[in-house]
Amino acid sequence: MLKGYIPPYNATVVQKLLDQGAVLLGKTNLDEFAMGSGSTDGIFGPVRNPWSYSKQYREKRKQSHHRADEDSNWLITGGSSGGSAAAVSAFTCFAALGSDTGGSTRNPAALCGLVGLKPTYGLVSRYGLIPLVNSMDVPGILTRCVDDAAIVLGVLAGHDPKDSTTTQDPVGPFILPILRDVSKLCIGIPKEYNVPELSSEMQAFWSKAADLFASKGAKVVEVSLPHTSYSIVCYHVLCTAEVASNMARFDGLEYGHRCNVNVSTEAMYAATRREGFNDVVRGRILSGNFFLLRENYDDYFVKAQKVRRLIANDFVKVFNSGVDVLLTPTTLSDAVPYLEFIKEDNRTRSAQDDIFTQSVNMAGLPAVNVPMALSSQGLPVGLQLIGRAFSDQQLLTVAKWFEEQVQFPVIQLQELVDNCPTFSQHEKLGLVSLKR
Amino acid sequence: MAAPILRCARPGRCWSLDYRPRRSRALFAEPVPGRVRGQSSAAAQEPRPGAHEWAAVVGLEIHAQISSNSKLFSGSQVTFLAPPNSLVSFFDASLPGTLPVLNRRCVEAAVMTGLALNCTVNKKSLFDRKHYFYADLPAGYQITQQRLPIAVNGSLTYSLGVGAQWSPSATKTVRIKQIQLEQDSGKSLHDDTRSQTLIDLNRAEGQLRVDANVSVHHPGEPLGVRTEVKNLNSIRFLAKAIDYEIQRQIEELQNGGKILNETRAFDEKLGCTVSMRDKEGKQDYRFMPEPNLPPLILYDAESLPVAADPQQVVNIDWIRERLPELPSVTRGRLVEQYGILPEHSFVLLNEDGLLEFFQTVMKETRAEPKKVIGWILTIFLGYLKQRNLAVSESPLSPSSLAELLNLLDSKVISLPAAKQVFEELWQNQGKTPGQIIREKKLELLQNQEELEEICQAVLAKHPQQVMAVKNGNQKVVNKLIGIVRRATGGRADPGRIKQILEKQLQ
Repeated sequence: MLKGYIPPYNATVVQKLLDQGAVLLGKTNLDEFAMGSGSTDGIFGPVRNPWSYSKQYREKRKQSHHRADEDSNWLITGGSSGGSAAAVSAFTCFAALGSDTGGSTRNPAALCGLVGLKPTYGLVSRYGLIPLVNSMDVPGILTRCVDDAAIVLGVLAGHDPKDSTTTQDPVGPFILPILRDVSKLCIGIPKEYNVPELSSEMQAFWSKAADLFASKGAKVVEVSLPHTSYSIVCYHVLCTAEVASNMARFDGLEYGHRCNVNVSTEAMYAATRREGFNDVVRGRILSGNFFLLRENYDDYFVKAQKVRRLIANDFVKVFNSGVDVLLTPTTLSDAVPYLEFIKEDNRTRSAQDDIFTQSVNMAGLPAVNVPMALSSQGLPVGLQLIGRAFSDQQLLTVAKWFEEQVQFPVIQLQELVDNCPTFSQHEKLGLVSLKR
Repeated sequence: MAAPILRCARPGRCWSLDYRPRRSRALFAEPVPGRVRGQSSAAAQEPRPGAHEWAAVVGLEIHAQISSNSKLFSGSQVTFLAPPNSLVSFFDASLPGTLPVLNRRCVEAAVMTGLALNCTVNKKSLFDRKHYFYADLPAGYQITQQRLPIAVNGSLTYSLGVGAQWSPSATKTVRIKQIQLEQDSGKSLHDDTRSQTLIDLNRAEGQLRVDANVSVHHPGEPLGVRTEVKNLNSIRFLAKAIDYEIQRQIEELQNGGKILNETRAFDEKLGCTVSMRDKEGKQDYRFMPEPNLPPLILYDAESLPVAADPQQVVNIDWIRERLPELPSVTRGRLVEQYGILPEHSFVLLNEDGLLEFFQTVMKETRAEPKKVIGWILTIFLGYLKQRNLAVSESPLSPSSLAELLNLLDSKVISLPAAKQVFEELWQNQGKTPGQIIREKKLELLQNQEELEEICQAVLAKHPQQVMAVKNGNQKVVNKLIGIVRRATGGRADPGRIKQILEKQLQ
C-alpha cells in the first residue's frame, strides 16, 4: 500500500535522534503494518535471524547431527520489528527503532538476544509512527545493552505538542545508577503466566532468574494477575477495531498505491485496498469493522474495554501491594525455523506468541526484554521485566543489574564473515569488532 | 479540511440518535408543535371534511464554521478564497503517522456559543470517530463528539413575525439539544463531462449548512416518521424546503400513503424536495472513541487548579465574563435608546456592519433616529442589496450620510433632492453632499416671494385646474403641486408649495 511512499516529514523520535547527531543508516523490514510476530509477512520477504548463522547455533546443530551449513532452515527473528532486531543483533548499527503494540519490540529482542524496551505509553511521542492501535502503540528501542537503551530513551522521552497523548509532566533523566543492593527490591512472579505452552527450557530459565534475584537478597513473591486469560481475546477485539479505523485512510487517493480502476470512486477504493493490503491486514480490518457495527459495539468493543480496565487494574493492585518489578518470560521458546513457523497462520501465531507481552500494552506499562542465556540450541533466551507506569528509569536500573549478573554472550558471526566470499579481506578487517 | 464546525441540534421528544448517511444527525422537536396549515409559500391544502388537524415537528441540525485562524485539529490556516489544496497540512491529507491536536480557540468558541445559548457546558467532553468512505474525507473517518459533546440543553428565545409585522409578544423558545465540535470535510466538485470528481481539501463549502428533519402527526397521536432534508445553505431555501416537505407529507398521508424514513435533497429550481435514496440502505458509522485525543476537560473558577498554566486551560467563567452583549440585549437597548421599532432592531443586527454604520451616523447627525432608521433600512440597505454589496463595501461613508441628513433636517434641501444627492454620493465617492448640492443647484428654494411668484405663474398657466379646485376637486391640488415642483426643478418643499397654492387659490 505504501510502496514508493516517501514521507515528507520526520517522526518526532527520528528527528530527536537526528538532532542529537545520530546517523540514519537505513530503514528495516517488518511484518506488514506491524501485524505479525515473525517478521515473515512483509512485502520484501521474511527477515532472517542473524543467530541462524552464529557459531553458537551452528555448533549445536553439528552436535545434533544436522548439517551445519544448511541455509534453508534459517530461523525467524520474531516480530513484528524483526528487521530492526536483526540489524542491531548483527552489529550493523548502535540501536534501532521499532514499534510495540502487543510485543513487537520485545519479542524479536528475545529471539535475537537484544535489549528490547517498550517505554510507558505517553512517555515517547507517537507522531510519525504509523498507527496500528493508537491506544497501545509505542515506539520501541532495540540495543545490545541496557545502558544504550537508556541513552536512546533519554533522547526520545518527553512531551510532544504534536502528540496529545504524551505526558505533560517533566521526565528523566535516564542515567542508570549501578544497583549494588537488591535487598529492598520486590520481584513479582505472576502465576498465570506459567502456561502449558511454555517450553520447559524457558520455564527453567525463568526459575533460574527468580532464584538469582532471591539469592542476591531480593524479595521474590508469587503474585496473581487474575484476568490474564482474557487478555488475548480482549486484545484481539480492540486491536482489530482500531486497525479497521486506522486503515480507512489508505484509499490510494492522496498518497501510496492506487489501482488502475477508475469506473467510480468506490470501485477504485475497493480495488486499491484489495491490492495494497495483504491477507493479514484485510482479515483484521474485516474483524474490526464487525466489532464496531452498531449492533455489536456494546457486546464486543465496550465489553473489551471493560476487560481491559480489569487487566490494567490487576497490575495496579500488584504494584500497590509492594511489588516493584514483575519477572516473566518474553516468548514461549527460543527462535524457531521459518519453515516451521509458517505452518500456522499469522493470526494463530500472533495469538500464541503475544501471550506474555500484550497485557503490558493494554495497561500502558513499561517493559523490557533482557537477554539471559543461550538455550540448548545455542539460541538467545530472554526474560521480561515489567514496571509500573512512568517508572522506566527504575525498570532499566533493575534490568541493568540483571544483565550484569547473567553476562549474556556476544553473538559470534566472525566465521560467517570470514567465510563469506563477497567481502574482501580488507573489508573484513574493517568490520566493527564483535567484541563488546 | 478539518476546519472547525459547531453543530447545534435540537432534541426530539422520542427519537433516538440514529446513524444516518453523511453528516446527518438527527433530532429534535419544538416543544410546542405549531399548528401548521396553509403555508405562505406552498399552496394551502384544505383538509378533507372530518379530517384531523395536522401538527408538524421540525428539528434542525446546523453546521457553522468557527471563525479562527487555523483548523480544528491541524495547524493549517483558514482563509477564504484560497487556491484549491493550498491550505492542507500533513494531517489534513491524512498522511500516516499524523495526529490531531485540538485548537484552543475553537474550544473557546464552542464554550461561548454554549453560554450564549443557555447551555450546560460539559466540563468533560469526548471525541469520537465517525467512519464512512468518501473522497472528501481522506482519513475515512470524521472526528466529532457523538457520545459526550461540549454543551447540552440550551435554549433560544425568538420573536415571531407574521408578514412584515413583528409582534414582540409572540415570543417562542426552542430547545438546543447539544453543541458539538466536529471536523469539517473537504469540498467535492463533480465534473460530469469528464466523469470525475475534483477534491479540494481546504475546507467544505459554505459557512453555514443546515439539515432539516421534518415529520407530521395529528395532535395527541404519536410523532410521525421523519425525513431529513440535507445541505440547505440559505434561510430562504430552508424555509421553503420545510414548508414543502410538511405539505408533501400531509398530502401523502391523507392519500393513504406512508412516509419513509429517508434523506431528501431540496431542488432549488423546482422548489421541492426529492428523495436521495441510498442504494446500500442504511449506513452504519461504526462510532469509536478517538484514541489520540484525551477527554477535553474544562474548568471554572472553582475547579481551576492552583498551579494551572493559563495557556493550557480553558476557564468557563473567564469566558462567560467576556461574552459580548447578546443580540437580544442589544436589540432591547436599541429600541430603548433610539425609540426605533423592534423589527428595525432585528434588521440592524442581522446585517453585518449595519449597526455600526447606523450608530456612527447617529453620532454625527442631528436628525431624529426614526428618520435615520428610515434612510438606513430602506434607501441605504436597498442600494446595497440591489448591487449585492455588504455594508463594508459601501461607497458611501456614514459621515457622508450624516452630513446629508443634517442638510435635509435643516431644510436646506427637499427630500427628493436628498435622494438625488444620495445617488450622486453613491456614484462619485470623492464628493461631499455640500459639493453635490452646490453643483447641481439642489438647494431648496427658500425665498417666499420667489416661490409665490412661481406658484402664481403656474396657476395662471393652468386655468382649468384652478377651476376644478374651486369647484371642490381637491385632488387637482396635488397635480398643481407637481407642476410647481417641476417648475422649480424639484427644489421646492412640497409642503410649502401646498401652503402657498392653497392661499392663492382662495
